[in-house]
Amino acid sequence: MTIAWYLAVSAIVFTLGAVGVITRRNPLVVLLCLELMLNGANLALVAFSRMWGNGDGQILAVIVMTVAACEVCIGLGMIVAIYRSRLPIDVDELRELQG
Amino acid sequence: MSSVLFFIAATGVIAGAIGVVTLRSPFYSVLALVGHLISLAVLFLLLRAEFVAAIQVVVYAGAVMVLYVFVVAYVGDSGEPMGARLHGPGPLGSGLRKGGAVLAGCLLTELLIALLGTGLKAVSGYGAGYAPGPRTFGTAAYIGELLLTRFLLAFEVASMLLLIAAVGGVVLAARAGRPLAIGERRAGPGEPGEEVGAPLDLPRPPGTGTMAETVGGRS
Repeated sequence: MTIAWYLAVSAIVFTLGAVGVITRRNPLVVLLCLELMLNGANLALVAFSRMWGNGDGQILAVIVMTVAACEVCIGLGMIVAIYRSRLPIDVDELRELQG
Repeated sequence: MSSVLFFIAATGVIAGAIGVVTLRSPFYSVLALVGHLISLAVLFLLLRAEFVAAIQVVVYAGAVMVLYVFVVAYVGDSGEPMGARLHGPGPLGSGLRKGGAVLAGCLLTELLIALLGTGLKAVSGYGAGYAPGPRTFGTAAYIGELLLTRFLLAFEVASMLLLIAAVGGVVLAARAGRPLAIGERRAGPGEPGEEVGAPLDLPRPPGTGTMAETVGGRS
């Protein structure tokens, strides 16, 4: 398949992730949708890397995975902390930081 | 053969993504994401990125998803059905649905224009030449050599970032004081029994040089 097909799939995955981040209320699912957006970007990076026969895109994809793992670690830690302090697990209800 | 594999994997990728966004239970969302990640690894393999595909399955679908499953099992359902506002009958529900659809259409159109309308001839090609070999494009040896030579700084920064995230995760999720009984709540500010500085008050040996010791506070 040509590179364009892979890019189309990556655009669709990124769009689905963005819609999920905006419309879902559970912070766990919001984190999952963030992963979807990162995966869409990763697919585009690897496709461009294949297009040029150059490994830089794959290195960037590996670094993106590292950053995603860090983000999951901190995000899930925050969700556990929110749950421990008996606050609702809902991004619409958590308005404490609103000015 | 590779076209058939591409269409099977791409269907899995998109179906998994739709499942993550639309399924109500967060547990099913996590399972859909696992399917999505494994299909994505097949796409990476088709793009000759063996190493990235391998760590996609091992790190993402293995380790990170287990972490998600544990947290979903720990937090559980938050009482209210997921996406109630999205599927609800009220004006807010239908407004959100329409808004989401409009946003998805705009974003997808823009991305497709940006990615496919570039005029780059190589986009409609099959990629650069590829010759199989032990140290060729995409193998672990190739990626390792790049990471330890040209991208050494990025490699070190990523390791430092992982360390900071691990420490931050422990600090955020650490249990402060004894666990609360069911129905009991933590004392609020000013009430008797309030734990001063509870969330970050980790046990530490005396004389470790904290700011609180310096100013004569708690040791």
